[in-house]
Amino acid sequence: MNHQEEGEKVPKLFGFWASPHVLKVIWALRIKGVQYDYIEEDLPNKSDQLLEYNPVHKKVPVLVYQGKPTAESQVILEFIDEAWKHRGDPILPEDPHQRAMARFWARFQHDKLSPPIWKWFTTQGKEQEDAYEASIEQLLVLEKELDGKRFFGGDKIGFVDLSLGQVSYVIPIFEEITGVKMITEQKFPSMSAWMGNFLTSPSVKDHPPPLDKLQARYQAIREAFLKGEI
Amino acid sequence: MAGGNDLKLLGMWASPFVVRVKLALSLKGLSYEYVEEDFSTKSELLLRSNPVHKKVPVLIHHGKPICESSIILQYIDEAFAGTGPSLLPADPYERAIARFWAAYIDDKMLAAWTQATKGKTEEERAEGMKQTLATVATLEGAFRDCSKGKPFFGGDSVGYLDVFLGGLLGWVRAYEKLGVKTFDPEKTPLLVAWAERFWSLEAVEPVMPDVSKLVEFGKMLLARAAAAAAGEGN
Repeated sequence: MNHQEEGEKVPKLFGFWASPHVLKVIWALRIKGVQYDYIEEDLPNKSDQLLEYNPVHKKVPVLVYQGKPTAESQVILEFIDEAWKHRGDPILPEDPHQRAMARFWARFQHDKLSPPIWKWFTTQGKEQEDAYEASIEQLLVLEKELDGKRFFGGDKIGFVDLSLGQVSYVIPIFEEITGVKMITEQKFPSMSAWMGNFLTSPSVKDHPPPLDKLQARYQAIREAFLKGEI
Repeated sequence: MAGGNDLKLLGMWASPFVVRVKLALSLKGLSYEYVEEDFSTKSELLLRSNPVHKKVPVLIHHGKPICESSIILQYIDEAFAGTGPSLLPADPYERAIARFWAAYIDDKMLAAWTQATKGKTEEERAEGMKQTLATVATLEGAFRDCSKGKPFFGGDSVGYLDVFLGGLLGWVRAYEKLGVKTFDPEKTPLLVAWAERFWSLEAVEPVMPDVSKLVEFGKMLLARAAAAAAGEGN
């Protein structure tokens, strides 16, 4: 077997250390037990390869397998589930209705949760208070959906858990930086438990998010927003 | 009533997202009961079936609701895998490409189009138009790559992306009559040819909305937006 054939069997992941979308893909690959080569992008100076593989969005993550690139983290997650269908654990369930539900809840992060949370984190005063309330409202929807289950995916983490994963480590960082608690055990017993379950799950715990570096980064981001620099 | 499939579609005649679902059901040859939702008041059934977004389309199969057009399309493809043609290809990479461009259509093209048509100021609408034309130019390239010289995004036959973009064609034609040209025969000839070809398919034509009704509806929406903007200016 020559080196080129060997290389084509191992997917390449173009990423950025601070991106939750990249981490999501890494955890998906780990669920499947798939080895990969990782290329760290310096986002202000994107590599020619990245621009060639994702000319439309010019973003990470991009997964390149057998010379073919896939972009957009949610699309990549489904690709990983299908390309390595017979390896590791499934990411999406088998049943069509359960798959539809998984896809629905997976979008919740991007469509409903992320906007008010980001607003809460990057503003102050009344605007921040309103965003806080809006975020709580959305989190309560998730709390109700989770309803005491260990994971959204059941016994093991799946598509929805991966899609919502950043809630488990980014929100605590935001709470630390703003000095305001959002996901309290009292109001969110299921979500609070889920956060710990997610971070200690097999595929996640051995590749944890870089919390200290992320905190420093988000701190700087909040300061820049409050100064009106962004 | 609903036929043997126990399928019910909650929709609104002017919604391009509902048209997508109707197209998929038509292409697969699936019978269903259609329930027209009133534009201004939402039914109990809709609010119960889609409490999170309170929007159409909602497909109800064996009493279980499925929401969001891209999710409904994939559900139809998977739950009725043995009936009619497949919407998504079999190969994981080809499927990823289809999903990628579907996300692009909704996240980039539709967002720009909404600004072009519903933007509050002349400048906002002009910027939206500029963005729309840029996204459509990108989609022209996507068509070239996906079709590989064949008639549809799906190749020889209609697929997921054809349905995804096809759902918007009623409004593309309506807006053209209202002075907003989305597909230009000079700049995006492949898409113009594809749109004609797609619309004239036997399974497509009967499902598409009445363009003159959309034009009237569009005028009403634009007048409403203008009144709201004028009101805000006071």
